[in-house]
Amino acid sequence: MSGTALFRLRRQALPGRGLALGVTLVWLGGFILIPLAALALRPWEKGLGGIWAVLTEPRVLAGFRLSFGASALAALIAAPLGLLLAWVITRYEFPGRRALDALIDLPFALPTAVAGLAMTAIFANNGWLGEPLAAWFGWTVAFRPAGVVVALVFVALPFIARTVEPVLRDLPRETEEAAATLGATRVQTIARVVLPALAPALLTGFGLGFARAVGEYGSVIFIAGNMPMVSEILPLLIVVKLEQFDYAGAAAIGLAMLLLAFVILLGLNLLQLLLRRGQP
Amino acid sequence: MTARPRAATADPPWLAGLLIGAALAVAGVVLVLPLAAVFTESLRRGWEVAWEAIIEPDAVSAMQLTLLVAAIAVPVNTLGGIAAAWAIARCDFPGRRLLVTLIELPFSVSPVISGLVYVLLFGAQGYFGPWLAAHDIQILFALPGLVLATIFVTFPFVARTLIPLMQEQGQAEEEAALTLGANTWQILWHVTLPKIRWALLAGILLCNARAMGEFGAVAVVSGHIRGQTNTMPLHVEILYNEYMFVGAFAVASLLALLGLITLGAKTALEILSRSRMGSHA
Amino acid sequence: MITSAISRRASLAGLTLFAADSQARAQAPQAPQQLLNVSYDPTREFYREYHTAFAEFWAGQGHPRPRLSASHGGSGRQARAVIDGLAADVVTLALAYDIDAIADRGLLAKEWQTRLPDNASPYTSTIVFLVRRGNPKALRDWPDLLKAGVSVITPNPKTSGGARWNYLALWAWALRQPGGTEATAEQAVTQLFRQVPVLDTGARGSTTTFVQRGQGDVLLAWENEAHLALQEFPQAGLEIVYPAFSILAEPPVSVVDANVDRRGTRPLAEAYLQHLYSDQGQRIAAKHFYRPRNPDVLREAGSRFPNIEFATVDTVFGGWRRAQATHFDDGGVFDRIYRPGGR
Repeated sequence: MSGTALFRLRRQALPGRGLALGVTLVWLGGFILIPLAALALRPWEKGLGGIWAVLTEPRVLAGFRLSFGASALAALIAAPLGLLLAWVITRYEFPGRRALDALIDLPFALPTAVAGLAMTAIFANNGWLGEPLAAWFGWTVAFRPAGVVVALVFVALPFIARTVEPVLRDLPRETEEAAATLGATRVQTIARVVLPALAPALLTGFGLGFARAVGEYGSVIFIAGNMPMVSEILPLLIVVKLEQFDYAGAAAIGLAMLLLAFVILLGLNLLQLLLRRGQP
Repeated sequence: MTARPRAATADPPWLAGLLIGAALAVAGVVLVLPLAAVFTESLRRGWEVAWEAIIEPDAVSAMQLTLLVAAIAVPVNTLGGIAAAWAIARCDFPGRRLLVTLIELPFSVSPVISGLVYVLLFGAQGYFGPWLAAHDIQILFALPGLVLATIFVTFPFVARTLIPLMQEQGQAEEEAALTLGANTWQILWHVTLPKIRWALLAGILLCNARAMGEFGAVAVVSGHIRGQTNTMPLHVEILYNEYMFVGAFAVASLLALLGLITLGAKTALEILSRSRMGSHA
Repeated sequence: MITSAISRRASLAGLTLFAADSQARAQAPQAPQQLLNVSYDPTREFYREYHTAFAEFWAGQGHPRPRLSASHGGSGRQARAVIDGLAADVVTLALAYDIDAIADRGLLAKEWQTRLPDNASPYTSTIVFLVRRGNPKALRDWPDLLKAGVSVITPNPKTSGGARWNYLALWAWALRQPGGTEATAEQAVTQLFRQVPVLDTGARGSTTTFVQRGQGDVLLAWENEAHLALQEFPQAGLEIVYPAFSILAEPPVSVVDANVDRRGTRPLAEAYLQHLYSDQGQRIAAKHFYRPRNPDVLREAGSRFPNIEFATVDTVFGGWRRAQATHFDDGGVFDRIYRPGGR
């Protein structure tokens, strides 16, 4: 951060500012901001009361609880897993490390519908994991909220691993060495020195993974079972509203979803700021 | 990368072994298993059946459409991404942080909403719908709609890869070139692009993978006409719904393979860029 | 402000580009005509075969061979797409309400249902039970579905046309029981949906859930969908149970006036629908387990279509618009009774 400030002091203005900025703004405005403006405008034809009525329908409320709850849970589960993956690929040399490194990006590269189909096949009662889980523990994952969480863990995992990884790589080894010199065991060092240093990055990754999970559609609808009030995610509710020709209602849910996700991300950012401040 | 084990920060072997084992197990269950399921299901009735599903005319037209959509959407986002990275990392103006936030916004927008916004704009009941209908212009349920939805979804990929890299690299070389009398294009072409080309390629690869695999957004704007407005992911869903499970998984494997190739190429790029940068570091 | 001006200009430039493109396509000289049929889920196999037959027929009349294509999905979603501008020449949907919704937007004539014979439904269907081998839970008629421990698969009536027929069939059955009233019918439907573990958005999704994923004891399905599942999954050991009484489902068809007039495809589109009533069209329908309207073709099919007693939406529910408003619109009966998790 201080590096940027230094640069700015002796930074010379490069040419092309007008052009670059112009292209950026046209690109951003035309493809993102104007369409989103339509999303922000459309609900109001229902009036405030109408919007409130849509958002407080029991089914929509249940959708909010599921989408935001399952996403938070999935990001919470994915956080230690992502940290583990990032740790292993940055700290150890072992056969297959590069393959593992590449695999982490799989959820980015694999089409969501394909992931959804695959996970449904795996977790259905007659699937590779679904069958033993049902036989040994009596657990059913597919077509339940649990299925939603499983699909979202897959989606959120790379966001966490990839956010933590660079920080982990850049972490100065000196602090760890110092801790060791002071007599801390390795496990103590990791718990007291390394993890706190990773906390802000972990939080950012959590936020990104969470935001992505809230909006996820393709991989979830195959495995969720889509029961109103139980396993119906918000994006599906938007589709359902559209199918009932309720454009304003669909836009209202979409807008509320965006705003709520934004508030949560903002909160996470603040928390992160506090965490950073607490550090030397 | 160059440093060899340092006693103080090396983990005890039991811990390292445990963590590596755990990581491999996690990757196995969460990442490899779905992939394996796709390939196994597609080969359930042998290679020929899977192959036939892939060369069937509707599947081929879905592939062509998918390639076409990506071929338009990816360059748009690449050019936009380079311009944005140049503006943000190389120029001074107020509101740069806001701009970065806005560029990353589509990541936290549900794909369904990305499709929905274009329905609200260009649908017959949308803001521009009547005007478009009067002029006989089809955006929704045709190529333009698919392209727009794909651009929205893959919007941040290139910009997001370039911005932090260019900020970190600094602009000393560019300034030197400027002093030597180079113009904007010369600086961009001879100085900046060579410095960022590997990251740029990696960003384009991911952008492309996502563009070809997008489902939720295009599902809203496609119209699902066989052989006309079906992209590959939508074709997978259609086959699945027609009880052609082997066919569905065969086309899905093709997409999965595409994803794997993307990851492989990206890894190769990273190795390349690291060995080239070796002299730098 | 400058930004919005710039971007508006940019999007206009984009639009003119698209416009040029679509005009070029529209003016292709003497190309074979294209026709798009926007249909619902279980008609895929039927229309695939019908397209081959009709293209042959139309070419035989001295026209260039037409290019026929179809789009399938949940009936409501398909109607929505047409309303949003999907350029359908004809719609062949699961229920009249969805075509009414298109008519309400002015895309086709309000009296569409009188333009073709038989309520504009060239074929009919009904709702039957699909059960597992040997019918282990002994499900023979509607009351059996309401017994404790029976798990029922049906799609969501809010999004699926077939599911609305399922719901109305049970309602009509409950009404005609001794002492049957609106209240007892509501009770029966409430009980049924309490026993539904998975609610897919479309009929096809439900069949997959029942057959492939092994969920539930019975699937409430379109008659043709049930027979198709039997054909597609011979190894799954499925059986069809005909209740003594069910509902007469009339999936209607119509030309989309606004689109055919714009594209100049009206003669082709009208012939396409009329040919559904021909002996050939009726036979293909029967082959795909749709009940033909033509009594001769129905007789030919013999035992393929068991005779059961039917209620119709018009007599029991006063037409689709009323049925939709009372039961399926937001705040209707279905919203009131559907409380999952009550299991």
